[in-house]
Amino acid sequence: MPPGQHVVHDFPVLTYGPTPHVSTNRWSFSVDGAVSDARRWTWDEIQALPQETFTRDIHCVTSWSKFDTEWTGVSVDVLLRGLELGGGFITAWCDGGYTTNLPLADVTGGKAWIVHTYDGAPLPVEHGGPMRLLVPHLYFWKSAKWIRGITVTVEDEPGFWEQNGYHDHGDPWTEERYGVAFR
Amino acid sequence: MTAAADPNAWRLATVRSVVRETIRAVTVRFDVPGWPGHLAGQRIDVRLTAEDGYSAVRAYSMSSPPGSPTVDVTVERVPDGEVSPFFVEEVRAGDEIEVRGPIGGAFTWTPAQGGPILLVGGGSGIVPLMAMVRAHAAAGDDADVRLALSARTIEDVIFAEELRELGETGTIRLLETLTRGAPPWWHGATGRVDLDMLSAFAPSPADEPTIYICGPEGFVETVVAILLTIGHDPAAIRTERFGLNG
Repeated sequence: MPPGQHVVHDFPVLTYGPTPHVSTNRWSFSVDGAVSDARRWTWDEIQALPQETFTRDIHCVTSWSKFDTEWTGVSVDVLLRGLELGGGFITAWCDGGYTTNLPLADVTGGKAWIVHTYDGAPLPVEHGGPMRLLVPHLYFWKSAKWIRGITVTVEDEPGFWEQNGYHDHGDPWTEERYGVAFR
Repeated sequence: MTAAADPNAWRLATVRSVVRETIRAVTVRFDVPGWPGHLAGQRIDVRLTAEDGYSAVRAYSMSSPPGSPTVDVTVERVPDGEVSPFFVEEVRAGDEIEVRGPIGGAFTWTPAQGGPILLVGGGSGIVPLMAMVRAHAAAGDDADVRLALSARTIEDVIFAEELRELGETGTIRLLETLTRGAPPWWHGATGRVDLDMLSAFAPSPADEPTIYICGPEGFVETVVAILLTIGHDPAAIRTERFGLNG
């Protein structure tokens, strides 16, 4: 377990703002920004991509960790496959207006997914359903709920919590918890 | 000029006093040397370390407003909690405890932002809202600040006396509702926060209030749904959800 964390067996909910409720009929997912071709998928098209089911530990900056959580979704590698990328960062953006920023290196090479299934069932809306980002090796605010797209950026562009006092990167093993709020 | 303090660094705080708020809640007032100041609504991390080196970290909202001489957290006992019982039952003036913060720049309010603001608290969700109420009272301006507070019983209302006095002097508008029964003399509301209650109490959506909701997940979701039904702007709603993680 990373330093300063404790184990929980329930699954706490932490969200800043109202929970957005989005029908999968009206849902789509985009990859755009500094890429050779912008892409967009419907819900069904995402489901037709190669799916992975995997088990990871997750770590929230508020100091809880939850072990052995099981998820199903699509690797970010699949979403970016074949694209020429003109930037080294991404902004994940979401229904409800939430954003978070990550280096490309933290979401490629089998480290990040967009997931729609938790513990064998559709991801509950309070935990980010119908789709959330999952980047389990970083603090959980990086695993943006209600994700709708990834924008590749040239510069590192701090997201919502990163502008509101959380660390820009968020590695739990080195306790990159807090930064200086500059909003 | 000094370098900005590392926000991840622990500071050794000393408990100045412990104030009993309810049967299950206390306010722990810390002296924190070098405290950089905070905004109403922010929280701190607290680390307890046992003699064998085992340590536990929890996040607690501050109830003290900016400029307070002490850094105060108000803690309600969580059943089977690991840390909250220590604060509610055991901590004493003079105890030294590590703290880190302030944390969180989003669920905050300063009097300079003005009103109207609507604060909605469930149970110990009052704590960060109380820092906002106190900041407003200290500012002494005529901003429209309304607090709707839901508690189980009258014994569970944290800061009851101070809130009622601020309500009577018109510093804030106060709505209290008790969900599990009220004494015969009770003049507040009873039952869970609902559409009628908030329709009558909240500022009009046309006045564009900023709204802060804090409490357990189910409470927050219910209140958000009601406020969206009334027509409030989702972008004006800020939430803080308390887990049972004490």
